[in-house]
Amino acid sequence: MRYTNNTNGGPVFVYVKAGKIIRITPIDFDDKDADPWTIKAKGKSFTPPKKTTVSPHTMAWKSMIYSPDRIKYPMKRVDFDPNGERNPQNRGVSGYERISWDEALDIVAGEIKRVKKDHGPGAIMNGSGSHHTWGALGYWLGARIRFFNTIGWTPIAHNPDSWEGWFWGATHHWGHSSRNGGGEAYSTVEDCMQNSEMVVFWSSDPESTSGVYGASEGTIRRMWLKELGIKMVHIDPFYNHTAALMGGKWIAPKVGTDSAMILAIAYVWITEDLYDKEYVATRTIGFDIWKDYILGGDDGILKTPEWQETETGVPAKDVRALAREWGTKKTYLTAGGITGFGGACRTATGTDWARGVVCLMGMQGMGKPGVNMGGVQQGTPVDTRFYFPGYAEGSMSGDFTGPGHGTTLYQRMPQLPSVNTVKQVVPRLRIPEAVIDGKTSGYSTDPMSIEGQFFEYKYPAPGHSPVKMYYKYGGSHFGTMPDTNRYVNMYRTDSLEFVVNQSIWHEGESKFADVILPACTNFERFDISEFANCGGYIFNSFTQVNNRVAVMQHKCIEPIGESKSDIEIFLEISKRLELANPFSEGHSEFDWCKRFFDATDLKTKISWKKFLKRGYYVIPPTTEESRDPVSMRWFAEGKEKDTPELTPLPGDYTEEYRKGLQTQSGKIEFESSSLKRFDPDDPDRLPIMKYVASWEGPSTKELYDKYPLQLMSPHPRYTFHTQSDGKESTINDISEHRALIDGYYYWIARINASDAKARGIKENDLVKLYNDRGAVICAAKLTERVPPGTVHSYESSAKYDPVGEPGKSADRGGCINQLTPSRMIIKKSHGAGYMSCLIEVKKWDGKEVAI
Amino acid sequence: MKTWHMIIDVEKCEDCNNCLLACKDEYVNNEWKGYSKPQPNLGQKWINVQRKERGTFPLIDVAYRPTPCMNCDDAPCIKASKGCASKRSDGIVIIDPEKSKGREDLVKSCPYDVIWWNAELNIPQKCTFCAHLKDEGWKEPRCVQVCPTGALRIENLTDEEFSQIIENEKLEVLHKELKTSPRVYYKNLYRFEKCFIVGSVSIKKDGIVDCAEDARVVLYKEKVKIEESITDNYGDFKFDKLDEDSGEYTLEVSYKDKKSKTITVNVAKSINVGEILFD
Repeated sequence: MRYTNNTNGGPVFVYVKAGKIIRITPIDFDDKDADPWTIKAKGKSFTPPKKTTVSPHTMAWKSMIYSPDRIKYPMKRVDFDPNGERNPQNRGVSGYERISWDEALDIVAGEIKRVKKDHGPGAIMNGSGSHHTWGALGYWLGARIRFFNTIGWTPIAHNPDSWEGWFWGATHHWGHSSRNGGGEAYSTVEDCMQNSEMVVFWSSDPESTSGVYGASEGTIRRMWLKELGIKMVHIDPFYNHTAALMGGKWIAPKVGTDSAMILAIAYVWITEDLYDKEYVATRTIGFDIWKDYILGGDDGILKTPEWQETETGVPAKDVRALAREWGTKKTYLTAGGITGFGGACRTATGTDWARGVVCLMGMQGMGKPGVNMGGVQQGTPVDTRFYFPGYAEGSMSGDFTGPGHGTTLYQRMPQLPSVNTVKQVVPRLRIPEAVIDGKTSGYSTDPMSIEGQFFEYKYPAPGHSPVKMYYKYGGSHFGTMPDTNRYVNMYRTDSLEFVVNQSIWHEGESKFADVILPACTNFERFDISEFANCGGYIFNSFTQVNNRVAVMQHKCIEPIGESKSDIEIFLEISKRLELANPFSEGHSEFDWCKRFFDATDLKTKISWKKFLKRGYYVIPPTTEESRDPVSMRWFAEGKEKDTPELTPLPGDYTEEYRKGLQTQSGKIEFESSSLKRFDPDDPDRLPIMKYVASWEGPSTKELYDKYPLQLMSPHPRYTFHTQSDGKESTINDISEHRALIDGYYYWIARINASDAKARGIKENDLVKLYNDRGAVICAAKLTERVPPGTVHSYESSAKYDPVGEPGKSADRGGCINQLTPSRMIIKKSHGAGYMSCLIEVKKWDGKEVAI
Repeated sequence: MKTWHMIIDVEKCEDCNNCLLACKDEYVNNEWKGYSKPQPNLGQKWINVQRKERGTFPLIDVAYRPTPCMNCDDAPCIKASKGCASKRSDGIVIIDPEKSKGREDLVKSCPYDVIWWNAELNIPQKCTFCAHLKDEGWKEPRCVQVCPTGALRIENLTDEEFSQIIENEKLEVLHKELKTSPRVYYKNLYRFEKCFIVGSVSIKKDGIVDCAEDARVVLYKEKVKIEESITDNYGDFKFDKLDEDSGEYTLEVSYKDKKSKTITVNVAKSINVGEILFD
């Protein structure tokens, strides 16, 4: 039997025999499916293959489903007694005993009632990892939101962890708050192929990150760029996988110094007359103030290529050569895997980098043919008019204020409204402080307007209870948040009276719970979704794919062991609280799939029965004539906005509806109106982008003397965050992911051969990466892919394996984020500068336990 | 008679390892009777992506070479097998999962290191080109199906047709000297087996150093001119496809009216000669 399903890295066929999955493959289309589009460029025609692609983590799914680390039945910590001694100090060390579902659910439902009764509203906190298993219902913005709204909860507010500098920085220069400060990309694939002469990849490695959810769909398009003779430049401290495949000049600034290079490029353009003066005069404001700063007007320093060399380590001559080429060729800038991401935006100077690249494109006439943002990862000519919502549009959440539900889905999928009555929020980067210190604060990540991010909120909220119960969903914070020994230590205090973790696998964090509820994967339950469609902050994110594919996620096999779907677990708890109807409306997962299907345009193309049977539908591309206009073209030409976006919201236009950007002037603002209004003297974020050295880096002399290596920790290549790492997933056999040494799969740290030699480190030696925050044991890989002085190790280990006491000893699981700083990227934000991290590395003798 | 051949383009491989993972998806926990017993979850790499870095920071390149069973026409494993390994008429070499019990010696018989020992089942195992799927009508093995760049190709052709492809696409085999007649052919193997000399030319004028575009760099070996390269806008030049350990070379670098410079390098492996400054 061949079923269909969908994953974070592409839709799949699932072959099942005798109740067992034997094979998972990408979907090859057949004659009944719509043909892909064709782009004509420079006398050639390009058509993508008639099939879907997959990410490595998708190809590892079978091993994840049958992983020995699956949680097969409910469990209770052996020394946890809800009616007696709770022993929170032993979280992470005491073992577990199997209990029945009834007992587990009774404990959880009982604790929900108890903490509400004992402490009042706000006592229950929930947070998920940024990512869950794929499916509109089951992802973290569907059923989860409805359940917790139903019981009342303190949500953990996500920092924009892949966008950071874009949200807190770029927004103030070009708007796009709804995209967390990132950009749109309509029809940029065609424009780039037809009109551009060069693509600059700046902190951009789509071959590793797949944009996001985009499998290998963009790879062939980048190969077309090569075929068309379009030059490529890669700016990244790591010789990344996109650079390795595509070739072109590699420029490697020291981590967190990119903004100095930006200023030097602008300096060359200004002094050599290589920018678009007419565009700057008519489409931007504040240029003269930035220009004056660049030419030394206020600090006496000319921001020359020679000046940047002292910061970035990149020879001045290379920056001059780049600036001259960029200033004379029609150039696309891809900053981040999609416009809005990139490791550089996750450094201490990430806001300056993101602000700066917008300013650079403002000098080059962004929106004119061949001049735009993007690296053909997004912006294919698929049909954006066909309505099928992404997971962030909230599916069955019923929450019309939280996810994108209210703006796009609610009207089409009527359901009981679901509202959280608790007005308390914990910032994700400050969970440990909230729990241990009992108070903290954060800045709102409201994307509705540019000013949404200026609101500071306090925890606890007025009249609310501090958090007493933590209902954790999955287990990724140890691997993905900064300075994560804090999170470990938090669990071991008595501030948290009860911790329940609902998880598919045993991961680092699940082992710190009092009760563990076994959830099943999306291959063991029904769901419905589209390939690479998340919606939310990446509206129309499906323009990353070559063929839009709507997928029925069949329940392919019965849940493993006693595991249950998330929705079923929530329903069982709801029943014990007499909340079953508000949670489920009496509908099963399968019923919700049908309701979702009926809300989309699918129903006009294929019957529910046929969709169920075939399992997928390829949404045909539009005709060549009716393709979307190119993003920002309207802006460059001084017309009304004509791309299919809902934002800016009507009230955010200054003059007329659809005229201008979201900024106060409606133009690209070199000097930001919003920052001038908010706090014109904030040294972290002045109205114009200036160079400020990282608060942790080569300029912090004392610390740099002690820890002379810069650790960069970008999003991982083979796994999806923590998903598919560890757990005896087949990914572990990839020697660039983990290295098998003495029977243990160690995380990898890439170190320049000269740095290794100076420390007596050889290939595959076990090494200790450390600073004052923590220590992580890794396997050393010697390489020339990082400059001397830089160490590269991906974030997102799923495994936390302290060699001694949790939170106080070295970790050989590979949670690199134990080393990264918890300081906010800029003070008035809720964002992290993970990649600004100084460490030392030495050989590990296999015995040393302490940090 | 059409038989199976695989073509691997080293320049197109990006180390995504989809091939390795798809292979594991197909063979771990699955028995394909008459073809293969289950592969262990971890530890075996029937298609093994090897990695090669050339040069030193910042002038480097990186290449990857997926290495499956070569399905040799003159296979050492068959010779050593005493009948437990054989060649099918379509060219695929199969180690019989029943008859090969205890034959750890077959692992060592393979000069390409692509036979793996399964200690639990007590058998040698390897890539079968997904013969069981081909026999069911599949057009590609799992690794080829999931390759995003087209680095892996499978061709079902007559010897005559295939020899045409070898010629047209300049295909090579690994370790030709072994004379095992592999069915796996490679493209752009130089990225793995050959080395390069790279460097950057710059020019100092009025105290400012700039990249020297259009500088002329000539490569000599024992006073014989081998090749000439013109620098790009970053002043970079590259001479590729040189033999490793090929000894002394001379570079003659000239830029506009400046007096030319001569540099001698000793090539063991790829070498970055660094910046060559005219002032």
